Amino acid sequence: MGTELFEILRKNKEKVLQLWLQAQQTETEFSNNFNTADELRAQSAEFVDLLLSTIDESNIQDFSPPGLESLTDYISSLTISRARQGFSPRETATYIFTLKDALLQVLSEQAGTDPMQLYKASMQLSKFVDNIGILSFETFITGREDVISQQSDEMAELSTPVIRVWNGILAMPIIGTLDSARTQVVMENLLQGIVDTGSSIAILDISGVPAVDSLVAQHLIKTVNATRLMGAECIISGIRPEIAQTVVHLGIDLSQMITKATLESALKFAFNSLQLEVRRIQKDKAN
Amino acid sequence: MITLLMAMIRESLAIQHERDLVYCRNRVKEVAVKMGMGIVNQTKLITATSEIARNMLIYGGGGIVRLEVIIRGKQEGIQLVFEDKGPGIADIQKAMQDGFTTGRTLGMGLPGAKRLVNEFAIQSTLGQGTTVKILKWKNG
Repeated sequence: MGTELFEILRKNKEKVLQLWLQAQQTETEFSNNFNTADELRAQSAEFVDLLLSTIDESNIQDFSPPGLESLTDYISSLTISRARQGFSPRETATYIFTLKDALLQVLSEQAGTDPMQLYKASMQLSKFVDNIGILSFETFITGREDVISQQSDEMAELSTPVIRVWNGILAMPIIGTLDSARTQVVMENLLQGIVDTGSSIAILDISGVPAVDSLVAQHLIKTVNATRLMGAECIISGIRPEIAQTVVHLGIDLSQMITKATLESALKFAFNSLQLEVRRIQKDKAN
Repeated sequence: MITLLMAMIRESLAIQHERDLVYCRNRVKEVAVKMGMGIVNQTKLITATSEIARNMLIYGGGGIVRLEVIIRGKQEGIQLVFEDKGPGIADIQKAMQDGFTTGRTLGMGLPGAKRLVNEFAIQSTLGQGTTVKILKWKNG
């Protein structure tokens, strides 16, 4: 695409913007999302400005060289802000692709009559705008993935409560998969809980953990060891029969740890070691 | 009829992130439940899957799990093939020993997984990758 064509586009910036805004109005129902048409116009004008000042002979062929940062950054932030404003991915994509129509129309009106030249220029220009679309799509997905990972962090935080079941006894039920990140949260919460409450026994209930593989076992061993370093005892409860068999077949030695089948038996054990007793109240016969 | 439907199950799962392991385990569990596999065998298979898939992720840089329902005579079972294009295992005999690890784990993954399933085959070429094939019968 020759330099003069870029010049033509730059000179007809207002025309491009005009056509683009028209196309946007016909293609979609934007009216609900943007507060005022002025706002949309200002944003579109900024986009056209930046695009036409950035695009040149070298970067129209290849969308990655240095010099495009300001444009790519702008597209990323535009996509994110549109997503936050509640635009659907389709609307944002249409927004970008209607710009292509506007650019091509201006080009065909102003760029002379050589069909081969016009064809080549159109192809390059449309590829460039396609790349902008792809970038916007990628940004959109990355934004969503950030939200997902943020939510899973929150879930890990929420799903590992430390419960004080008795004076000196903490319990921590674990539901779901115990991966490395989760173990970190579990361990931190448990150790902090031991300090905060001055407890000497912690019960880690794994009834809700679907499978205990060697990594989970390793995490459990580490947690127990860390608890012992704090001067407290850690009991692992909720070992289901199938888990017990699997762990034995795997060849993992958990015999150094206190393990119980149910939370109830773990609690009994804890009461015993604290020399507590739970009894049914005997009614006085005299009454 | 149910058997015929089960035989249609043949799929590939990509393992690229830790969260893929969770999906892979859940999918294997779903198929095992559908087949009517007992809870103990289910847990054994899921645990073995978890071990090998994690190995593949950590040492092989991720790969693909091919899940297939196998029918041989009157037996039916689940076959899983784990393929990665990682650096490969230098000494398979050593890797299959209890407690051997090149990382900082317990070293029970591969040998443990072998004990949890009915059939276990491992193949590795240095610089080309590793393939592990396991099979667990419904009543095995």
